[in-house]
Amino acid sequence: MHAAEGVELTRREAGVPTPLLGMLLFITSEVMFFGGLFAAYFNARAVHVGTWGPPAPAAELEILPIALPITIVLISSSFTMQLAVWAIRRGDQRAMRNWTALTLLLGIAFLAGQLYDYSTLGFGIGDGSFGTVFYTLTGFHGAHVFGGTVGLTILVARASQGQFSARNHVAVEAISFYWHFVDVVWIALFSTLYFLR
Amino acid sequence: MATTALSPTTESYRRSWVLEWLTTVDHKKIGILYIVNSFFFFFAAGILALVVRSELAVPGLQFLDERTYNQAFTMHGTIMIFLFVVPVLSGFSNYIVPLQLGAPDMAFPRINALSFWFLPLGGILIFSGYLFGGAAAEGWTLYTPLSAGTYSKGVGTDLWLVGLLLVGTASILGSINFVATIFKMRAPGMTLFRMPILVWTVLVTQTLILLATPVLAAGMIALFIDRNYGGSFFDPNAGGNPILWQHLFWFFGHPEVYIVILPAMGVVSEILPVFTRRPLFGYRAFVFATVAIGLLSFSVWAHHMFTTGQVYLPFFSFMTALIAVPTGVKFFNWMATLWRGSITFATPMLFALGFLSMFLIGGISGMVLSSPPIDFHLQDTYFVVAHLHYVFFGGSVFGVFAATYYWFPKMFGRRLNEGLGKIHFWLHFIGFNLAFFPMHILGLDGMPRRIADYSPDAGWTMWNLVSTAGAFMIAVSILPFLWNVAATFINGEPVGDDPWEGNTLEWATSSPPPPHNFDRLPPIRSERPVFDLRHRHDAERLAAEEATAHAVVEGGPS
Repeated sequence: MHAAEGVELTRREAGVPTPLLGMLLFITSEVMFFGGLFAAYFNARAVHVGTWGPPAPAAELEILPIALPITIVLISSSFTMQLAVWAIRRGDQRAMRNWTALTLLLGIAFLAGQLYDYSTLGFGIGDGSFGTVFYTLTGFHGAHVFGGTVGLTILVARASQGQFSARNHVAVEAISFYWHFVDVVWIALFSTLYFLR
Repeated sequence: MATTALSPTTESYRRSWVLEWLTTVDHKKIGILYIVNSFFFFFAAGILALVVRSELAVPGLQFLDERTYNQAFTMHGTIMIFLFVVPVLSGFSNYIVPLQLGAPDMAFPRINALSFWFLPLGGILIFSGYLFGGAAAEGWTLYTPLSAGTYSKGVGTDLWLVGLLLVGTASILGSINFVATIFKMRAPGMTLFRMPILVWTVLVTQTLILLATPVLAAGMIALFIDRNYGGSFFDPNAGGNPILWQHLFWFFGHPEVYIVILPAMGVVSEILPVFTRRPLFGYRAFVFATVAIGLLSFSVWAHHMFTTGQVYLPFFSFMTALIAVPTGVKFFNWMATLWRGSITFATPMLFALGFLSMFLIGGISGMVLSSPPIDFHLQDTYFVVAHLHYVFFGGSVFGVFAATYYWFPKMFGRRLNEGLGKIHFWLHFIGFNLAFFPMHILGLDGMPRRIADYSPDAGWTMWNLVSTAGAFMIAVSILPFLWNVAATFINGEPVGDDPWEGNTLEWATSSPPPPHNFDRLPPIRSERPVFDLRHRHDAERLAAEEATAHAVVEGGPS
């Protein structure tokens, strides 16, 4: 009796694709994670006595010669990522792969610059509350950039095998969201560390 | 027995039983894994509770030293909250929510398996402190500076942090999965306001997990850096602030309270309508109250920190008291559902009513604590311990057992024995009140929490003894439950697909459901599609009678 009365199980995909929604929710949780770290930063700053900055023997933080250039590198990589997304929306696999590969290179350049910066700063994570919050925040941001480069590597590999098309490229969209998010976190972090003196 | 189920044909391919359970991505099997795993941790943490209560039964140090005692209550609290109550409710949600939505599975089945398998791993890491010189011993809240490297030298605390980071990661991945499932996997016709109440409470719960857990993760990472890499987040000597930990912990910790109570409220709101034969009174009001509790939960964390002197008391006191309003709305919903219902006192219903009465007491003692002058007096006393057990145990754990008795026939096709179930309930209910009600009195008398010993002159001896007796009574009540589960697996009679005459879609498939859940679904035109299906002919008959009545009236006396 029942089979005739039930409705057919038809499902349609409308609105945001499920994997993209998953990525947006993941980014939401990441916003809260960095929110916690930024709260720790501002708390350390609020309870700090004396001038806020790197501990005594080390030099003041300067945006040159490294911090500003790697910031420009990371912001440019957001544009190249978006060019990759627009390319695959048109169905241009080759351009998408090239723009993604360029994004990957810019990401690696940022990480290399950050590591070099660490080696020249002259203070460590154990040197007072500024050292702790500086390395924790920039370090976790760097770890997220590294995670992004892993995702970009997978995108380049899959693109080389021709797995993406104008209709089927949700992974590219998802990784691009993540990459833009990591970029935005850096803009907030850079402004906080270097401009809010 | 009702025959509303649209029974699909069950067929599955053969492979090793062990391999199947280890590699499954079926939300129903993962749900059962969650539940079984959680009950193992429940028994482990329950044994620790008996250790704590035995030590406190009479004054003097009986068989533990202070250090072992501290580890026992720390592990008891940590395991009960993070590895029993939260995951067991996630397990039931995992099993039931896709079925209630008419979905074939969760949105991301493999991530679902990953989030489960992190849990036993995290739990083992947390427990493994016992093998490496002692487990964490700072209480489940792990307050700094007590948990800083200077005062807690062992690796137990580090293992606690790493294990809990894994458990937290699992929760975050799980929450992404639940929210995506609820928004993207609903069957045709299942609009948001036709979703069963359990699904609504799970949606709000998982959103809270998504937003609150990462903040705890940030705090735990900061503490790990302080302990192992010379950081100074929480070290006042190096410019840090120990109170920051309390902010980060409770910004997660208070939403956590609603994370464990909201799904239990959802379970109870599924059970009450079935066993009163009435719809849930005020469905929409209940939904809005749930959302309101979720929103308010982020503005009350500092009521755990009144005595630090670093928080604005009027704001946090007012916001805390405000939560009583949506909670009161829910109690009104439940009472009005019971009112004039044809109530049957099956075991799930008994546990649901146990939830209502015990959670009410926990809610009222929470209102008492929301008042700063009273809180200053009761901070860190047994009154707080009594309050949190009335909420976590009297609330959530009663909900867990209600869910177990209610959905067992869906999961295994057999119903748990009612006689043994009632013995379990009454022992559990009486034991619970014996164990925890006296703690109110002890707290008002000034007995501090987290002490291994107390003076025989303090006047606390009798109520401590009563409380210990109650704790053992709870332990005894678990025996008929375990016997019941084992006996039902061996001898239980199959009870068909819909033994309780349920309202929601999980009762429209076979028991247990096939791997893909449904072949066909009943039309979904309300939040009770299976009720509508069962009474479809009544509706036609009523419509026909009404039409006849109209015809008579319109025909007039001719």
